[in-house]
Amino acid sequence: MGAIYILWLRELKRYVRSRVQIVVSLGQPCLYLLALGFGLGPVFRQAGHGSYLQFMAPGVVGMTVLFSSVFSGIAMLWDRQFGFLKETLVAPVSRMQIMVGRTLGGATVAVIQGTLILIICLIAGFRPHSWVAIPLAFLFVVLIAVVFAALGTAIGSIIQDMQGFQLVMNFLVMPIFFLSGALFPLANLGVVMSVITRLDPLSYGVDGLRGALIQTWQFSVAFDVALLAAIGAVFLSAGAYLFSRIEA
Amino acid sequence: MISVHNLVKSFGDFTAVKDITFEVAQGEIFAFLGPNGAGKTTTIKMLTTLLRPTSGRIELDGLDPTVKQKQARQRFGIVFQDPSLDSEQTAWENMDLHGVLYHVPRKLRASRTEELLRTFELWDRKDDYVKTFSGGMKRRLEIARGFLHTPKILFLDEPTLGLDPQSRNQLWTHVKRLNEAERTTVFLTTHYMDEADRVAHRIAIMDHGSIVAQGTSTELKEQTGTDSLEDAFLALTGSSLRDEGADAKAAMRQVAKMWRR
Ligand SMILES: Nc1ncnc2c1ncn2[C@@H]1O[C@H](COP(=O)(O)OP(=O)(O)O)[C@@H](O)[C@H]1O
Ligand SMILES: [Mg+2]
Repeated sequence: MGAIYILWLRELKRYVRSRVQIVVSLGQPCLYLLALGFGLGPVFRQAGHGSYLQFMAPGVVGMTVLFSSVFSGIAMLWDRQFGFLKETLVAPVSRMQIMVGRTLGGATVAVIQGTLILIICLIAGFRPHSWVAIPLAFLFVVLIAVVFAALGTAIGSIIQDMQGFQLVMNFLVMPIFFLSGALFPLANLGVVMSVITRLDPLSYGVDGLRGALIQTWQFSVAFDVALLAAIGAVFLSAGAYLFSRIEA
Repeated sequence: MISVHNLVKSFGDFTAVKDITFEVAQGEIFAFLGPNGAGKTTTIKMLTTLLRPTSGRIELDGLDPTVKQKQARQRFGIVFQDPSLDSEQTAWENMDLHGVLYHVPRKLRASRTEELLRTFELWDRKDDYVKTFSGGMKRRLEIARGFLHTPKILFLDEPTLGLDPQSRNQLWTHVKRLNEAERTTVFLTTHYMDEADRVAHRIAIMDHGSIVAQGTSTELKEQTGTDSLEDAFLALTGSSLRDEGADAKAAMRQVAKMWRR
């Protein structure tokens, strides 16, 4: 237990101490919010879908949590490069605990980031249908964070270099974001797009957030929660297995 | 305490460790000497569960570290050749994290951390981030950290690299004391013959992945008909230079890994 805690705490400390990074990582979602929210707003309204800011704010929260959590897992690459990973790998603690500590730490950071962005959205004019929705939205933030922090850990256990990192960012993380319905409604898509978007775990997270916050459901709350929990379990197991196989 | 039989490690078609066999008794200080690229670090990584052997058998305190990983890890401490500190945390935090991972009780953790940081003259920098430390200070911190818990077996992979004579002396005094007081088994590698001569009970000389000779310092000198360990070493490994090559190769590999097309 002590090991899980101390590694969780380490992730948190790293986050709090890297102020520049906090600003940078919040800057990107803000850019989306501003550029797309105000840029596409009129088109969206003309198409009869109402306010684009209302629509995309949950998506941007989902995106923030996605990037932040995957990134924390992949940051293992740096621990490998700078050697600290070895120190934890030879410790008399099961790799499972080390993996869980790191992953929960990353997930916690992602939850904080998501919460900050939600606050920024509120400041920018976003309004949930009711304040009672916030706890449910928070549940989805946590689920997304755990699912993708676990995915990040799994990936971080395999890739060895910057190249792999670029590859994963461009061909996995970005598509997960773009195909999740964060920026456009999942209704009335062609068959191919429908299938692809339904294969994307983040779709269910974004749907849950949007459903909770503005009551627009593509799926249903029970379905989203159950599916995310199941995917989370699968990714955590995969992460634990791959992490236990790391050689240094 | 350590028993190794026909240990082999290959990376692709390159064999870094070729069928080595040796024993280290409990309470013994055993040194691995060898030019860069001889396979010393690779051997230590296999002994400490960081690498899976290609073939061969290892026992640490009667346990196979490839099977009973956690139990084996409980029994040893290690100072790595390469950096292994968390530079984004303070010296104190690095020590504390290590103590938690090794189940050192809180009070003992604090008192031993203070004692060790004082011994290695890092106490007044304890709240500074490791990233602000010089190379020598980082090395001292790694060594202090290695002593924080009291393992049955201590692995020291070129621990004195980059240390000034005072710190080297400090380190070996500490190692000897630990070895005498707690019968800690020590497995070390070094480039400095005088260190091996001073602290090691037995020495194995490794070259190109094989052990070319082992015994006490006196035995090695007799065997080669030389009168210093340095001469014995050169007689056994030849005087051709490959040190730079091996290091350069490792550096290249690192770069290639980072920027592989
Ligand atoms: N991960 C690796 N992949 C390929 N070759 C390696 C790897 N690790 C070490 N080697 C090679 O194995 C040989 C032995 O290295 P090492 O055990 O570090 O030597 P030493 O510690 O005795 O200087 C070197 O030639 C090194 O380049
Ligand atoms: Mg070495």
